[in-house]
Amino acid sequence: MRRFMMVLAALATLSLTNCGYNAIQSNDEQVKSNWSEVVNQYQRRADLVPNLVNSVKGFAQQEKDVLLGVTNARAKVGSIQATPEVLNDPAAFQKFQAAQGELSSALSRLLVVTENYPQLKSDALFRDLMSQLEGTENRITVARNRYIKSVQDYNVIIRSFPTNLTAMAFGYKEKPNFTVENVKEISTAPKVDFNPAPAPAPAK
Amino acid sequence: MNAARVLILALTLCWVGAAAADVAVPPLTGRVVDLTGTLSSDDIAAQSQRLKDLEKRKGSQVAVLMVPTTQPETIEQYSIRIAEAWKIGRKKIDDGALLVIAKNDHKLRIEVGYGLEGALTDVTARRIIDEVIAPRFKSGDFAGGVDAGITRIISVIDGEPLPLPAPEASHGQDFDNWIGFFNPINPFFIIGVAAVGAILRGLLGRLIGSAATGCAIGALAWYLLGSIAIAGVLGSVISVLVFFGDSILAASQNAGRAAGRSGRGGGWVGGSYSGGGGWSGGSSSSDSDSGFSGGGGSFGGGGASGSW
Repeated sequence: MRRFMMVLAALATLSLTNCGYNAIQSNDEQVKSNWSEVVNQYQRRADLVPNLVNSVKGFAQQEKDVLLGVTNARAKVGSIQATPEVLNDPAAFQKFQAAQGELSSALSRLLVVTENYPQLKSDALFRDLMSQLEGTENRITVARNRYIKSVQDYNVIIRSFPTNLTAMAFGYKEKPNFTVENVKEISTAPKVDFNPAPAPAPAK
Repeated sequence: MNAARVLILALTLCWVGAAAADVAVPPLTGRVVDLTGTLSSDDIAAQSQRLKDLEKRKGSQVAVLMVPTTQPETIEQYSIRIAEAWKIGRKKIDDGALLVIAKNDHKLRIEVGYGLEGALTDVTARRIIDEVIAPRFKSGDFAGGVDAGITRIISVIDGEPLPLPAPEASHGQDFDNWIGFFNPINPFFIIGVAAVGAILRGLLGRLIGSAATGCAIGALAWYLLGSIAIAGVLGSVISVLVFFGDSILAASQNAGRAAGRSGRGGGWVGGSYSGGGGWSGGSSSSDSDSGFSGGGGSFGGGGASGSW
């Protein structure tokens, strides 16, 4: 009887920690909510794009390819559904990240182009849109940082002993993390070219 | 090894894992913190007073930090780190704003909390920086620039409907402090409960003593944490443990096969992680002479940066 009671007491103490099951749950939820915040901020950026394109069009119609590039990138981003299930599927996560990366590069190409149009840069609407875009990019960065931290906590629990046994028993896998999209591009040093750029083609 | 000792050792070990290292952040010595010595103490006093009046009037907290440089971080990275450490603004309402000036970098940023992003939008913050603060900084008038910037920020916040300031300190901060203590993995808590349980069990007999201990701890938890659910679960778990408490202690006198079985049980417990969280969280008040401390507000990276 005594031994039985003792085993019962040991199990009762075990129940306090649940072999890490509750820790896995709370970390999983934290990862999901941080991911929702990341998606939220990316959506906010995508929503800014149409206004930005319109305000640039007013001053720089001839830059058709760049504007078209931004519009297409935004459409591609809109077609990808970023639900929490994306976290369990590394391929879908990669696709999402690639689409957002394309929109980022299209936007930076657009910004480079606007440097040639001083009237555009002093336009109040354009300036407001630029500050909104900068704010959104900063929010994206902060949201990504928090997501990365929460994924780290979650993955550490999934992989530590003994909670990894619980994780394996219930089928919890590691969650994907953000990587740099264009690793090859940034590993080569950028070329600095001081020759003046060719004059823009005359408007038709 | 004896079962009880193994259990206690295992529980203590899993508590150890929680220690978190803090990054060095300037101490929050007041509402206006100037590490460059640019602003005179009169300026600082006057500005702090206006910010204090704002807090009394609207409940929202605004702080100013002037540093020589934020290198090697960008001002955005630095600002969000400071804002997360200082926790300006009220908890859950998140109505804090932080003006960070990096004097030698010629950069400044207004970091806006979640709750103020409706009034102090990115565009508004950018306008305040471009139209009000940067021109004055360009001509070298730092005190005037900070003054004018604060005036604008205060008038923007005044126009925004926010929940009224509470007359006393919020209950929310107590929760953070106490949940660390009541977390079942905290060894001080376990030892305290075991002692109380043993006394009550001796006085009232096994059944009533354990029930009484459970009720007492549950009531205390409910009073301090305000949650009946947590208090109920805690109380019942504790009364069960106290009931079997003397079995655990008696078994420690019979070593042997029994100890082997529960030794493995202790090993499972050793890996627990959730216990530590309560300690590394908690109160945000720092060693401030003026009695100003962050209210637990959080930030999302909103606001605007500028340079002069």
